[in-house]
Amino acid sequence: MIPWLEEAGMVALITVAVTVYAVILGLLMLGIDRKLSARMQSRVGPPIRQPFRDMFKLFCKENIVPEHAVAWIFNAAPLVALASAVTVLLYIPAGSIVLPIFGESGDLILVMYLLTVPALALVAGGFASGSPYATVGAQREMVTMIAYELPLAIAIIALAWRLSAAGIANPFSIAVVAGVGTRTTIWDVVGPFGVVGCLILLLVLVWVTPAELSRVPCDTPEAETELAGGVIVEYSGRNLALLTAAQGVKSVAMAGLAVALFLPWNPSWYYSLAPATAMAVDFVFYLVKITAVLFISVSVIRVSMARFRITQVVSLYWGYLGLAGLIGLALIVADVVTGAGAVV
Amino acid sequence: MSDETGKKAPFSLPIGPIHPALKEPILFTFKVNGEKIEDLDFAPGKAHRGIEWMGMRRNPVQISHLTDRICGICGVSHTLAFCRAVEQIAGIEVPVRAHYIRTIIAEYERIQSHLLWAGVAAHELGFDTLFHLAWRVREESMDVIELLTGNRVNYGIVQVGGVRRDITPDQLPAVERSLSYYEGLFGRMLELFLEDRTIAMRCRDCGVLFREDALKLGTVGPTSRASGLVMDVRYDSPYAAYGDVDFEPVMPEQYRGEAVGDVYDRIVVRVLEVEQSISIIRQCLAMMPEGAVTFEPKIPKLLGLLKKAEGEALGRVEAPRGECLHYVRMNKADAPEAWKVKASTYSNQLSWLEILRGEQVADIPIIVASIDPCMSCTDRVALLRPDGATVVTGEYLHRLSVEKTRRLMP
Repeated sequence: MIPWLEEAGMVALITVAVTVYAVILGLLMLGIDRKLSARMQSRVGPPIRQPFRDMFKLFCKENIVPEHAVAWIFNAAPLVALASAVTVLLYIPAGSIVLPIFGESGDLILVMYLLTVPALALVAGGFASGSPYATVGAQREMVTMIAYELPLAIAIIALAWRLSAAGIANPFSIAVVAGVGTRTTIWDVVGPFGVVGCLILLLVLVWVTPAELSRVPCDTPEAETELAGGVIVEYSGRNLALLTAAQGVKSVAMAGLAVALFLPWNPSWYYSLAPATAMAVDFVFYLVKITAVLFISVSVIRVSMARFRITQVVSLYWGYLGLAGLIGLALIVADVVTGAGAVV
Repeated sequence: MSDETGKKAPFSLPIGPIHPALKEPILFTFKVNGEKIEDLDFAPGKAHRGIEWMGMRRNPVQISHLTDRICGICGVSHTLAFCRAVEQIAGIEVPVRAHYIRTIIAEYERIQSHLLWAGVAAHELGFDTLFHLAWRVREESMDVIELLTGNRVNYGIVQVGGVRRDITPDQLPAVERSLSYYEGLFGRMLELFLEDRTIAMRCRDCGVLFREDALKLGTVGPTSRASGLVMDVRYDSPYAAYGDVDFEPVMPEQYRGEAVGDVYDRIVVRVLEVEQSISIIRQCLAMMPEGAVTFEPKIPKLLGLLKKAEGEALGRVEAPRGECLHYVRMNKADAPEAWKVKASTYSNQLSWLEILRGEQVADIPIIVASIDPCMSCTDRVALLRPDGATVVTGEYLHRLSVEKTRRLMP
């Protein structure tokens, strides 16, 4: 057996396994979100397995490509969206499980770029649909993307910079940020200023999540009542199923990122457990954490607000959240300058 | 796709005839530049059912059941307007108790209509929680309407000469329960609809209809009141029991201090009118005298009387959406010689051109919904061959009527 072929086979195997895991977990999260928001709206809501049924139904349905669409871009967009969302998950640790397939070669900056790919794919697919609704939706998706990038980048970079200031090597590595192996989190190195700064940045990240996932109040690109689905209005059948799966995986990826950055604790750090048990317990705890993050940043926000206009999205993210991010950053800088906090 | 639908600005964005933003079919065509609406046009006539045509082949008692079905929301208003016109022609004196029952049902209808609208408006804004809550709260009034009339939607209670059912003492506790339920809820509704930040962000200074424009375009009902025009058929020319009841037209000034005429003001007027309706129902229940509820319970005798009637009359009623007007002409026959329905949306729809121009695409659903349009009330004609259609201007129609007047009165 040729060594590189064996390695490639391993990577392919892990990727397939992760894809299956990611889609199942993503759809489960969508189901939980639907059920919880229904309960908050005093409705019964669909059963949690509803997204799986929807997915199955969509795969049985005809896949229509509109006459005016650019067929290859239109068909490629859902695949690219799903693939890039799954790729993000490959880099984000799940509990104490860190996938070794890319070794040290992925970091936070890469994840930030990868997170924009599903949105870009949607924009391309929207423009390629040849529908005025999709065109307006794609324009909005682009604007939304530009709007939330700034606060997201501030939150991630501020965190990594603080870790490097604390003397931690390779601070942009996700495994390092998540304290895998080192058991050192951001909360262990910051002083009082830093704690406030980090809390502000956590809040910023919570608010970036609905925009990243196109959920109310930032579902302007899809805007059911205005654009009848916007970017995804022309999608049906298999393509729509893939987009739904991508949406679920993206939710898990965003929540996973928030968990890795701000809530990386694992039960196995505090209780001595057998390796296999530790891994299982950590994983279950990780699931609880991402469910909680999604509950707060998606379900609660979306049941308590109306949809924003696109101009309001921009002013919210560039104005208020950008400012909040900068304040958080300034506090973290102050933390380092005053010499508060621990040095590892 | 036409040439104008290309990617070059301004491109045309069709909304309708079927679209999630619209609860009933109508076709809007927007010229959009980026997110801004530069120009628009709309084509109603997609929900025409020929009810007037059906009516001209039926007697007034039968028509009163057709008028119930003109609109699924304001059935009482249409029937009441029609019956008032017929009663006027035939010289029928409606018993006082029937007047009170008509008022009570009409006000319950206003409560359920405004709550339905509030839910729709919240949904148009993407605020689904409020939509579900508003519609759940609305059920209370639907239940009372069902208790009093026997039906949830097409009530079938108003009839020429009175009403078809009396309100019995054993129904009063349920009515009382619903009234105190809404009274207890009212503060919460104000808070949810008028103090919510996102609703204020989306609705303030959006879709503004200035006072002069509201007057010029002949708007009616909550749409005109939100623009600062003090007009309410119930107050200006009282009918049924409204003359006995103490109330004033609801104006946005009562809540906000000024009438801006934006979408927010239209929400204010409708939410406050729910409170007003509760007070009107309470007053009616307190003052309602005993007595008969219909002028003539025997339908054949009533029909015999109506068959002898001759003349023409206008019946006006303040429907939840604004003035609803029925014109009836009878000429000693079973069926009326002419019957014309002008629903409130007919008067309000032209304000769309004014309030949508220059606004953003995102605001189309809420602005369109803000006048509470009812296309099945409005549509009186359907264009089968739009290619051969010619546009008739206001000046042309005016010239025609001047010519006709000169011919009639030389």
